[in-house]
Amino acid sequence: MGFRKFINSKTLLSFITAFMLLGTNLLMAQTEAAATTGGQTDAPQVDWTGVAYYVLLFFLVCLGVAVIGKILKIYDLTLKIQGKKGMKWNTVMAVICLVFLLAGIYGAYWSFTVQGSMTLPEAASEHGVKIDEMFTVTTVLTMIVFFITQILLFGFLFQYRHSDKRRAHFLPHNNTIEKIWTIAPAIVLTVLVVFGFFTWQKIMNTTDTKGDINIDITGHQFAWELRYPGKDGVLGPKDFRMVSAANKLGVNFKKRSSFDDLQVDTMYLPVNKSIRLNIQALDVIHSVYMPHFRVQLNAVPGLPTFFKFTPTITTAQMRTQLDDPKFEYLVYCNKICGGGHYNMQKVVRVVTEAEYQAWLSRQKPYLNDALRKELHFAAADQPKTESQNRLALNN
Amino acid sequence: MSTLAVHDHGVAHHDDHGHEHHHNQSFLSKYVFSMDHKMIAKQFLITGITMAVIAMILSILFRIQLAYPDKTFPLLTTLLGRFAPNGRISADFYLSLVTIHGTIMVFFVLTAGLSGTFANLLIPLQVGARDMASPFMNMLSYWFFFMASVVMLSSFLVQKGPASGGWTIYPPLSALPKAMPGSGEGMTLWLISMVMFVASSLMGGINYVSTVLNMRTKGMDLWKMPLTIWALFLTAILGILAFPVLVAGVVLLIFDRSFGTSFYLSDIVLNGVQQPYEGGSPILFQHLFWFLGHPEVYIVIMPAMGISSEVMSVNSRKPIFGYHAMVYSLIGITVLSFIVWGHHMFVTGMNPFLGGVFMITTLIIAVPSAVKTFNWLATLWRGNIRFTPAMLFAIGMVSFFISGGLTGIFLGNAALDINLHDTYFVVAHFHLVMGSAAIFGMLAGVYHWFPKMFGKMMDEKLGYLHFWLTFIGAYLVFFPMHFMGLDGVPRRYYAFTEFVSMQRWLTVNTFITWAAIMAACAQVAFLYNFITSIFIGKKATQNPWEANTLEWTTPVEHLHGNWPGEIPTVYRWPYDYSKPGAEEDYIPQTVPFSQTMSSNQAHDFEDNPKGLEELNKFNSTLKANEQVK
Ligand code: HEM
Ligand SMILES: [Cu+2]
Ligand SMILES: [Cu+2]
Repeated sequence: MGFRKFINSKTLLSFITAFMLLGTNLLMAQTEAAATTGGQTDAPQVDWTGVAYYVLLFFLVCLGVAVIGKILKIYDLTLKIQGKKGMKWNTVMAVICLVFLLAGIYGAYWSFTVQGSMTLPEAASEHGVKIDEMFTVTTVLTMIVFFITQILLFGFLFQYRHSDKRRAHFLPHNNTIEKIWTIAPAIVLTVLVVFGFFTWQKIMNTTDTKGDINIDITGHQFAWELRYPGKDGVLGPKDFRMVSAANKLGVNFKKRSSFDDLQVDTMYLPVNKSIRLNIQALDVIHSVYMPHFRVQLNAVPGLPTFFKFTPTITTAQMRTQLDDPKFEYLVYCNKICGGGHYNMQKVVRVVTEAEYQAWLSRQKPYLNDALRKELHFAAADQPKTESQNRLALNN
Repeated sequence: MSTLAVHDHGVAHHDDHGHEHHHNQSFLSKYVFSMDHKMIAKQFLITGITMAVIAMILSILFRIQLAYPDKTFPLLTTLLGRFAPNGRISADFYLSLVTIHGTIMVFFVLTAGLSGTFANLLIPLQVGARDMASPFMNMLSYWFFFMASVVMLSSFLVQKGPASGGWTIYPPLSALPKAMPGSGEGMTLWLISMVMFVASSLMGGINYVSTVLNMRTKGMDLWKMPLTIWALFLTAILGILAFPVLVAGVVLLIFDRSFGTSFYLSDIVLNGVQQPYEGGSPILFQHLFWFLGHPEVYIVIMPAMGISSEVMSVNSRKPIFGYHAMVYSLIGITVLSFIVWGHHMFVTGMNPFLGGVFMITTLIIAVPSAVKTFNWLATLWRGNIRFTPAMLFAIGMVSFFISGGLTGIFLGNAALDINLHDTYFVVAHFHLVMGSAAIFGMLAGVYHWFPKMFGKMMDEKLGYLHFWLTFIGAYLVFFPMHFMGLDGVPRRYYAFTEFVSMQRWLTVNTFITWAAIMAACAQVAFLYNFITSIFIGKKATQNPWEANTLEWTTPVEHLHGNWPGEIPTVYRWPYDYSKPGAEEDYIPQTVPFSQTMSSNQAHDFEDNPKGLEELNKFNSTLKANEQVK
């Protein structure tokens, strides 16, 4: 009986807190609106009444909690005076555990369906598909364990709540069952490791390192620079000592292969060609992160790295698939690199081979006029003829 | 009746420790420069809680930025001045907040606050020693920690703000003062603070290890130690072996910053200016950092595991299930945690083959973790569970450890980590498995041993309120973050406004912030409870939880040297709860088997043939008597 009464007061309590929170939320929104309009001026005014309101609200909540606490105490005392046992807090907590379990399962389910559907679309690269498969297997296995263990945990709490009439079961150990639950996870993990290991080796493949197309991507505070090879298909070497105002990346123009390199703005990739990204950084560590392709590798100054992958879905296809005409693949920076870290993006477009060639023919050489002047290249016709050759070849 | 044989390990005892001088202690030597382990434990606890509150407020500040990225809060300018011009936290200060939040929580709260408090309090009390091996070094350990805290916080006062390269302070970002404002004096202070912190940690650790090894009371062999002691002991060993490597890394970083060396730096062009560094490797720092960094996460969680094991056993009125397996898994975790650090570096440019190797070792470490979880569940099974606030927090710890540990299996898989590294998925993983689980273990310890520390009881009802609000709050905050990570949302972003695809997470971010604010407010219930209970709490009885371990045999009033007379002798393991045939549902470690003939079991004498013989004799006489009847 006392139990039912308690439940009532507990729900009351949660209602009050929920109500208060809601109130705060509403209020908050109002003060913000006020603040934004005022925020345009240089020295925004503090809305002290708003602040006072929160403080007051907080004290009201505290007061509410205190009052409820007192009521519970008095109720408990009267029970005791009547010669009863007082409130059975153990039972109350056990019931809340059960409620939490049920609400938690529902919450997890809700989260999985609603927020789970907001996650990345299917992988747009060859190796990404394998990663996604492994992700699914791992998710299924771990979720089974997750639900079973949490249900057991909170189930036991409810089932074996305190009772004066009972004694716990003295069970110090049981070697058989302990062996089982050491070996079972070991087997499951071994399977995961073996598959993971081979997939990883294959993705990071160090034996077949040449891609169809080499692209140079260099991070600096706070942008990415892209360099494509010219018609020779070879990127000229770089040396950080050669960096200058016009030669941002420090391309070495003592080598012929540098002359036809192209500087581009957007990363165009032909679909179904293997792409080798050569990844570098000029100043601090950045990270090339292309989540749609399941590609990530850090850009480390002094340590050139590369990532090879094959895009399989064009931007246009992805747009129809997602029903989002504005969709773009992006490169993010995913290693803290300073104040502008949160906005270091580059658009990636996956296109058909024909579109790719058409785009490529419109790109400007890295060796532009300013750079040529800096390097004292006489009006240098040589590179020019080369770029004409490239156009001819592409046709 | 004969007493059953108990082996004496002939360890050096300090029974002759003089404790007459404690009457005329001055305020300074009693409360400030105290060498008493119980007082030092309280100093660690209160400093730790203070730091935790500060770090929590920092987190609320940056959560506000994430929830309302384009609103202005003039109040922030009033509070933070130049760090939040025009009512918005600046991007650089946002990173400072994240960095200092992480540093304080990981090192100052969950390493020093947790180990410092409970190793100091429990090691002497639970192994039966009058104090630590070196009380003076113990005092130094606290004061180094205190100074480290002051220096860390003082970095908020320098012109350009505190360190802001993330708690992992990867160079070159942290090495080049021009790379970001926080890499100037703020970073210098961070490094100084960490060196002092490690000194503190080492002095503490050496003390803990030597006390456990040398100062156990008569009868307390290693296999009779409570799991708290095992956990704290192994944690100390981890710290002693791992922290010096961090210092090495930090010292080289100081050289690079101040003396022009190139340990971590090479081929750098900052803002178009070539830097004179050549031949160094940023990856080297990552190796050094994570060689500490990974053991560090277990330094954080193992004391919480030990505390939870003890609290759950006491309050289920049941022996911890598989005591030996629990110890071996702790040992396994300790050893393995030194060979998995590379899982933080799968995509940093480290040789991919190495990544494959680290992936194998990483997933092996999940096995002992799984064993521990199953053993906790088995401990609850058919228990007689009392829901004290400490018990609830211990359970919360287990729940978080499961939820967060399972996502470790994704991250430990190098192939999956390609897309998960440095996203909110990682944030969710470690806040559940380390952040929440360890904090809950710590709170379980505070609620459980508060009577021992302050001689008063905490209010249970406020404890319940505190638990449920925090527990639900933490899940509401961290669960949705998994899905943000799976959408490729990177961590350490100042705002998610610049990417169209991230804007739809704004509502979720707002929700998370409000859940965090609720959880933060719930801590007021704890602080109120903690502070008022010290002064006006109900007086504690000697053994309020009816527990078996030695600390509950000391008087409620603290005295220097812990036990008024001789240190009690230990006869049995600490987990004889609800033993069939016993009068009470608990038998303290100090009760000899000769007094509990009716409840002794063959299991009690596994390594004691003489005792087993006695038991068999006793049982056969019992049987004979019955037959006569
Ligand atoms: C089941 C066992 C576990 C596995 C397999 C595992 C695996 C991993 C991996 C692979 C990462 C790196 C993720 C990334 O940055 O991409 C990671 C991050 C992390 N883990 Fe775990 N973990 C486990 C348990 C734990 C435990 C018990 C703790 C702490 C008590 C912990 C704390 C952390 C922390 C703090 C980070 C993030 C560090 C950072 O980048 O700031 N993990 N975990
Ligand atoms: Cu960057
Ligand atoms: Cu780790």
